[in-house]
Amino acid sequence: MSDGIAQSPGVPARESCWGSDAAKRRVRRRYGADRRLQIYGLGSIGLAVALLGILFSSLIFSGYVAFVTTKVGLKIYLDPNIIDQADPGAANYRKMTRSAFFAYFPEVTSPKERRQLAKLLSRGAQYVVRDYVVAHPEEIGNLVEIKVPLSDPFDQLYKGVIPAEIDALSGDRIELFNVLKRGGVLHVENDKAFAKADIYINQADVPEGDVEAADYQRMVNEAFRAFYMRARTLAYEEILSDQAAAAVKARVLADPGLVGKTIQINLPLSEHYDNLARTGEAKVLNPRFSSKKDLEWFDSLKKRGLLSTPFTWELFVNADSRFPELAGLSGALTGSFLALLVCFLLSFPIGIATALYLEEFASKNRWTDLIEVNINNLAAVPSVVFGLLGLAVFLNAFGLPRSAPLVGGIVLSLMTLPTIIVATRAALKAVPPSIREGGYGVGASKHQVMLHHVLPLAMPGILTGTIIGLARALGETAPLLLIGMNAFIPSIENMGLLQPAMALPTQIFSWADSPERGFVSRTSAAILILLAFLIIMNAIAVFLRHRVERKW
Amino acid sequence: MLSYLFLALLLLILAGFALGQRKALAVGATGDVRMHSLADYHGWYVAALVGIPSFVLVLLWLLFQGPVIDWLLIGTLPKDRVEGLGKGQLDLLISQIKSVAAGNIFSESDEFVLSAAERYSRWNTIADWALFALAITIALAGIALAQQRISARFRARNTVEKVMSGLMIACSLIAILTTFGIVASLLYESLRFFDKVSIVDFLTGLNWEPQIAIREDQVTAGGAFGAIPVFAGTLLIALVAMAVATPIGLFAAIYLTEYASAKFRAVIKPLLEILAGIPTVVYGFFAVLTVSPAIRNFAQAMGFDIAPNSALVAGGVMGIMLIPFISSLSDDAIAAVPQAMRDGSYALGATKGETTTKVLLPAALPGIMGGILLAVSRAIGETMIVVMAAGIIASLTFNPFEPVTTVTVQIMTLLIGDTEFDNPKTLAAFALGLLLFLATLLVNVIALRIVQKYREQYE
Repeated sequence: MSDGIAQSPGVPARESCWGSDAAKRRVRRRYGADRRLQIYGLGSIGLAVALLGILFSSLIFSGYVAFVTTKVGLKIYLDPNIIDQADPGAANYRKMTRSAFFAYFPEVTSPKERRQLAKLLSRGAQYVVRDYVVAHPEEIGNLVEIKVPLSDPFDQLYKGVIPAEIDALSGDRIELFNVLKRGGVLHVENDKAFAKADIYINQADVPEGDVEAADYQRMVNEAFRAFYMRARTLAYEEILSDQAAAAVKARVLADPGLVGKTIQINLPLSEHYDNLARTGEAKVLNPRFSSKKDLEWFDSLKKRGLLSTPFTWELFVNADSRFPELAGLSGALTGSFLALLVCFLLSFPIGIATALYLEEFASKNRWTDLIEVNINNLAAVPSVVFGLLGLAVFLNAFGLPRSAPLVGGIVLSLMTLPTIIVATRAALKAVPPSIREGGYGVGASKHQVMLHHVLPLAMPGILTGTIIGLARALGETAPLLLIGMNAFIPSIENMGLLQPAMALPTQIFSWADSPERGFVSRTSAAILILLAFLIIMNAIAVFLRHRVERKW
Repeated sequence: MLSYLFLALLLLILAGFALGQRKALAVGATGDVRMHSLADYHGWYVAALVGIPSFVLVLLWLLFQGPVIDWLLIGTLPKDRVEGLGKGQLDLLISQIKSVAAGNIFSESDEFVLSAAERYSRWNTIADWALFALAITIALAGIALAQQRISARFRARNTVEKVMSGLMIACSLIAILTTFGIVASLLYESLRFFDKVSIVDFLTGLNWEPQIAIREDQVTAGGAFGAIPVFAGTLLIALVAMAVATPIGLFAAIYLTEYASAKFRAVIKPLLEILAGIPTVVYGFFAVLTVSPAIRNFAQAMGFDIAPNSALVAGGVMGIMLIPFISSLSDDAIAAVPQAMRDGSYALGATKGETTTKVLLPAALPGIMGGILLAVSRAIGETMIVVMAAGIIASLTFNPFEPVTTVTVQIMTLLIGDTEFDNPKTLAAFALGLLLFLATLLVNVIALRIVQKYREQYE
């Protein structure tokens, strides 16, 4: 091997001293690479954890407001002449609620204004009053104070989610405006903003010397094209007031000799840009509110201390609603509970039986191999395919009812089975052979050993796996959507295994699709509740794993 | 009705168990011969004989009651009304009759519909009662039969254990049945689809516009079912997802296995696992709520416009979800490299980094590749993130800043709210589902092969 270290001619002998500068540099470089790898690793972990943090904090930030609702206290006289004692739900609560609310604004009298005023209240306010009276029939005849929710935009306004006024101009428009400003084009005179422009009165734009009919707008546009560099997509014309061309025209009409010359003129700006130039900001009423008057009424309510933000019990008590301020999760929670119940009742025994058979009873042959391959494969099948299975087999072939928690539960149980089977097999494997041998030693049959000794000892492990499987099933959305478990359920009275239902994740999906601003925070709140359930379930699983599972 | 039936059967099973147990005890107390089996087993024997046949009957009955009654109903409809109706129209008529029978009055129902509805509800009542009577009779017969067989010599335990073994085998067949059900239903509906649209057009067409005609003579009546843009979109989003997840997951795994202290590992690993446990609908909402506006604002600040539902957003968020997949599978692969290889490398004077990149990663590469492939199969099958954050219009582009659609998005949009199974639009979803199933299956099989092969090397 001495050839290997022989120097080839012409190549200078490498510094063999470990202390030389070159060697030190090499070592430094090598350790630098090592450190870089560490930094990449730490950076990746940091990034992943940061993303997790962003995910949670954005949900919490957007969702926490949904846990309170803005309500106005109404003093309502429950007139026994209007409300029938025998059937308290039938009275005209709409009128009662509205007139109680109008009492706060005696100055508003015209029907048109009152209609507008009533829009401050949630359209479901009357049902809140009705439900109160139905629940407290003894109050009929009394003057009661009931807090009813405001409608969504005012709810959001009071909670500070949306502003009363928004910027009138988008960011790129303001940027374009700033280009003009930096160019020294704009100046303010007598509380009005103008753009200084050099406008060439083009002979070509004045047909046959007729200054009356000339196209002044074109001349103005030509003059401003110099400033609009990247503004091809923006209507730069909108910066100028529509009076700008008229100003040029007036000037030329006064002195027709200007044709063919360049004039310097101050052109007025349009309203929003005028505001922007004078005050530095341009605001308009948030389009969610129909007029300034709404906001005045709202401010008056606020000033009088009539508004409050109590905890939104509705989120848990109410079922779905088209009005975000009234929508709740009870329907979705019931649906998810029913589906998970079916899922548990099916997958738990079937999973244990399968695992017990494969692990303890079956001999290794082609059949059991096939079963095992199938189970492993099912664990990797995309969830949407299970939805297709449910749609084609359970709904179409078997004719089970659409949107029913029973079908949802069956589909979820097929998805949960592999998890439970794998967990059960692992738990069965962990039970030491001495237990079995002890059982056989006292003459128990194989079934007796399994059922009386091995299975009870493996149970904590099995339960851990089951809970993890159910937690995953709770968050499954796609298969439930395909079998229609996103029905609109406004009341939980008629819910059952065969009735149409909604599940928590599908409720999240349908709220996330809703246009009202209030559903954004409702969606986030629903997600937080879903995550809370998942965390609780996983915490139970972890507890079982660490405290109850026996280590042999 | 049904719940009462189940309740009654449950009570009968309990009664059967109690009766059998009691009779066995009585026989054991009087007889001279010792009982072969414990009294409980006799009880279980009776319960099984009561429960199993009656439950099988109920399930089969419920399975066939609906179709059979529909069939009978169609037979009684006046010939002149039914003739010439297509299958879809007939289904519509049947469902109209059913909803009349359920009490939802239509504004104007023909006389024959009303009478059919009346017949329908009468038959259903008859069928329900017949089932009730039959199931209870079978259960009672089971009790009587089983009671008779109880004697000292009767080997109840062996019989019960045999029944239990049978039940266990039946349960383990469910996995096979599920796979069979998936393949059969996807294949059946896909074949119906390929009857209407040629398979070659489907697999090679560049135009995906699944419309159904409102009028017969509409130009786009057939729709266009060329799935290439859909596949391309799926691949693009999966590619973006893997581009996010692979480096982050791999570096995280390297740090966790080679550099991190045990304490750090114990905290960080579960934290990363949380990412995998978050439901995908939550990721979808996160993409819409936070990621999409953030990326748009960033792009605008850089001076260009990107679509709010670009492939970048959906793929990026999916990548976040896949990080723990890659990291834990790579973690396992790296940790499985024998310690001797590490020691050998250190003994030659290699730094930790050199050991990792030049010894451990090459040795763990098959495992890591397997993990990446499993993540890819996850990415193409992932549904909710793309349904909420990606586009629904199929466009053939590889620009991640533009919206694309995926197989799963198409399946969902074609099928949500639609139950008519006789037009190419809904059937197309099953064809896409079949391809999705086959693709994920293929990727998974390859991944598992790679992982297994690699394991054998060191064992």
